[in-house]
Amino acid sequence: MIEARDVTLSFGETPALRGATLTVAEGEILAVMGPSGSGKSTLLHCLAGILVPDTGEIHFAGQRIDTLDEGARSALRRDRFGFVFQFGQLVPELTAVENVALPLLLAGTRRRTAVAEAASWFARLDLDGLQGRRSGELSGGQAQRVALARGLVAKPRVLFADEPTGSLDSLTGEHVMDLLVGAAREQGTTVVVVTHEARVAAYADREVIVRDGTVTTAVLA
Amino acid sequence: MSVPLTLLGLLEREPSHGYDLKRDYDAFFGRGRPLPFGQVYATLGRLARDGKVVIAVEPGDGPERKRYVITESGASEVNAWLVEPLEPEPHLQTVLFAKVVLALMLGRPAEDYLDTQRRAHLARMRELTEVKRGGNLVDALLADHGLFHLEADLRWIDTTVARLDGLAKAVAR
Ligand SMILES: Nc1ncnc2c1ncn2[C@@H]1O[C@H](COP(=O)(O)OP(=O)(O)O)[C@@H](O)[C@H]1O
Ligand SMILES: [Mg+2]
Repeated sequence: MIEARDVTLSFGETPALRGATLTVAEGEILAVMGPSGSGKSTLLHCLAGILVPDTGEIHFAGQRIDTLDEGARSALRRDRFGFVFQFGQLVPELTAVENVALPLLLAGTRRRTAVAEAASWFARLDLDGLQGRRSGELSGGQAQRVALARGLVAKPRVLFADEPTGSLDSLTGEHVMDLLVGAAREQGTTVVVVTHEARVAAYADREVIVRDGTVTTAVLA
Repeated sequence: MSVPLTLLGLLEREPSHGYDLKRDYDAFFGRGRPLPFGQVYATLGRLARDGKVVIAVEPGDGPERKRYVITESGASEVNAWLVEPLEPEPHLQTVLFAKVVLALMLGRPAEDYLDTQRRAHLARMRELTEVKRGGNLVDALLADHGLFHLEADLRWIDTTVARLDGLAKAVAR
């Protein structure tokens, strides 16, 4: 479904990826683990077409995407991918339900339809009654669940999540992860989730470890 | 899990038949490994011999005529067990540590061993997480206990992987 082939990428003098190779199967929930600074976020950004590798290839659904121009990659991100980051990055001026509706609005869905669709996510993610709140009026866990709804509302083929529980206490974080996995499985979304927490990774189907810019593969049987 | 003390503890609630004890043990402590009846009665027999329980025989026939009643001595043993903290022993870590040090001494791929161990740990954590997602509160809390312990091991594994070069120097002759 999505694949990185021998990807390298440097930020100036700093090599962030040095030959990272990874395949994610359709419908799979993959945890990307590894120490801080090992290149996890950079790898995620390459897979998602946000960053373009210096060398190597990225493939999505049988198509090479790292050679597409910025406009085409941006359309791909909007139409096929969903995102959740460590700090929900909700738009503070918008209400929770408007935040969730945003990807649909950007894709050209009519406002009423978009808001109705967005609202349907609130019950699914234990957010009943919070539709009208702004991000400043939500707890960390609530804001992350709103961000999760926003990431999933457009029914992406792949959800990219970078430390989605990183700013939450462990119980709240697990609640978010539980809902993320449940919703992704329900709609068959492939998930790539970066986390350094083993208990979060344990919600995934499989884990890989990034060390020094490469994906370590299991050598022993 | 200490079977004798757990059965004694169950008896402190109320005098019970062996059958009831087994049922409650399996429900709350067995975790998919039911206690064989033979072990229940053998344990109760030893507890009776040691004066921790007495047996009240009821009229009639059949195996369920015996009701077990905890004694003063049994109750104080349960109490002592409850108040005494367990030895906080990181037992797995010492075995893992021995493996890592030996691997380094023998020039074997210690990092690969640790990665393999890491994967085994995460696989177990996935199973426990599955139990937790589908289970009731009792299952979930027990799974959590396992998860936190495995997580602690994993953190040690990660730290050790990050310091293997130094450790290799430290154990080299
Ligand atoms: N925008 C950037 N500019 C310069 N260096 C960066 C940038 N982003 C990441 N890096 C560097 O690249 C390496 C990998 O970073 P990152 O992918 O964020 O790691 P991780 O997500 O595993 O913590 C680090 O050394 C980091 O400092
Ligand atoms: Mg990162």
